[in-house]
Amino acid sequence: MLNTIVEIYSTYSHEYTSGLLTTLEVSLLALVASLALGTLVALLCISPFRLLVFIGRAYVEFIRNTPLLIQIFFFYFGLPGLGIEINSFAAGTLGLTIYTAAFISEAIRAGIQSISKGQMEAARSSGLSYVQAMRYVILPQAFRIVIPPLGNQFINLVKNSAILGVIAGMDLMYHADIVATSTFHTFETYILVAAFYLLLTVPLSILVNLLERRMRVGHR
Amino acid sequence: MDFAGAYSAANLRFLLEGFLVTLEVAAIAIILSFIFAVIIGVIRYMKIPVLSQAMFVCVETIRNLPLILIIFFVYFALPDIGIKLEVFSAAIAALTIFEAAMISEIVRSGLQSVDKGQIEAARSSGMSYMQTLRHIVLPQALRRMAPPMVSQFISLLKDTSLAIIITLEDVMHNGQIIYNTHTNYIIPILLIIALMYFVVNFSLSLVAKRLEQAR
Repeated sequence: MLNTIVEIYSTYSHEYTSGLLTTLEVSLLALVASLALGTLVALLCISPFRLLVFIGRAYVEFIRNTPLLIQIFFFYFGLPGLGIEINSFAAGTLGLTIYTAAFISEAIRAGIQSISKGQMEAARSSGLSYVQAMRYVILPQAFRIVIPPLGNQFINLVKNSAILGVIAGMDLMYHADIVATSTFHTFETYILVAAFYLLLTVPLSILVNLLERRMRVGHR
Repeated sequence: MDFAGAYSAANLRFLLEGFLVTLEVAAIAIILSFIFAVIIGVIRYMKIPVLSQAMFVCVETIRNLPLILIIFFVYFALPDIGIKLEVFSAAIAALTIFEAAMISEIVRSGLQSVDKGQIEAARSSGMSYMQTLRHIVLPQALRRMAPPMVSQFISLLKDTSLAIIITLEDVMHNGQIIYNTHTNYIIPILLIIALMYFVVNFSLSLVAKRLEQAR
C-alpha cells in the first residue's frame, strides 16, 4: 500500500500541489472576507437600533441553521437564473464567506460583550463618539479574546472548503477525485489527500490550543 | 424563477419525503455517535493506558479532516479493501465516525469540568470509582454537556446534506431532481429546502438555549 501511495504521489504531485494551493487560496480569501462581514454583523447585533439588531440576528440564525451546501448551490446554480454568471471558485468563496461570517460574528459578539460595560462608559464620557469608542477601545480588546475561537473557525473553513470539490472548484478534494478515477487506487488516493488536509489543519489546531492556553493564563 | 410552479403539491410532497430520509439518517447517526462518543470520552477521561492514547490519535485525525472526505472514503475507498456499504449505511457510518469524534471531545471536557474535590469526597465516603463516575460525575457533566451537544446535533443534521455526493435520496437529492428538469425552479426549491432545515434546527437551538439557562 505504501508503495502505491508513493507512486501515486510522484505521478500526480502537480494535481495535489495545485489542489492544495486552491484550497489555501479559497480559505484565506473567505477568511478575510468573513472577518470583515462577521465584524459588521456583530456590530449590527449589538447596536442600539432594534431594526439593525433584527437584521443581524436574522442573518446569523438563518445562515447558521441551514446547510453550507445549500448556500454554495444558491450561488453556483441559483445566481445564473438571476442573470449573474459566476464560476465555481467565486461561488465557493462567496458561499464559504456568507456561512463562516455568521459563526465569526457570534464569536466577535461574545468577545465584545465580555468587555466590561465601564470601558464603553469611560470612553464615551472622555469624549469619544460611539464609533470611536468601538474602534479604539472596545474592538482592540475584544479581538484578543476572540482570536482562539477565530482560529477554530479558520480550521472549519479549511475543512468546509472541501465542498468545492462538489461544484468542480479545483481544490484538493476535486483533484483527489481526478486522481482516484484515473488510478483506480481509490483507497491510497484518499489516504494521501487526507494527509494533505492534516498538513493544513493539524498545525492550525495546535496553534489554536496554544493560544487558548495562553489566554487562560493571561486571565488569571 | 417560478415560485408558484415550483411549490406544487407533488413537488412539496417529494421534498418532504426526502426530508424524512434526511431526518432518519440524522437521527440514527445522532444516536450511534452519542453512544460511541460517551465510550471514547470516558476512556479518555479515565486515561486508560494505550487505549486512551489510541483514541486521542483517532479523534484528532478525524476532527481535522473534512467530513466530505470521510464520506467519500467510506463509500468509494473502503470497497477497495473489501468493505462495501450501500448508500444509506455509508452515509450513517461516515456521519457517525465524524460526529463521534466531535462529541467525544464535548463529553471529555464535560467530565473534566466536574470539580475534583467532589470525586475525592465521594471516594472517601466509600464509593467505588465506577459508582462515583455514575452517581456523582456523569449526572453533573451531562447537564453541562447538553447545550454544546445540541449544537453538534444541529451540525450533524446540516451535514447530512453532504451525502448527496454519494446519491443518498435525501431532500437535497430530491430537490436536484426537481430543478434539473425545471431550471427556473432552482432558487425557489433551494429556499424551501433551506426553510425545512431552518425550522428543525432553529427549534433545536431554542432547546439548547433553554438548557443553557436552566444550568
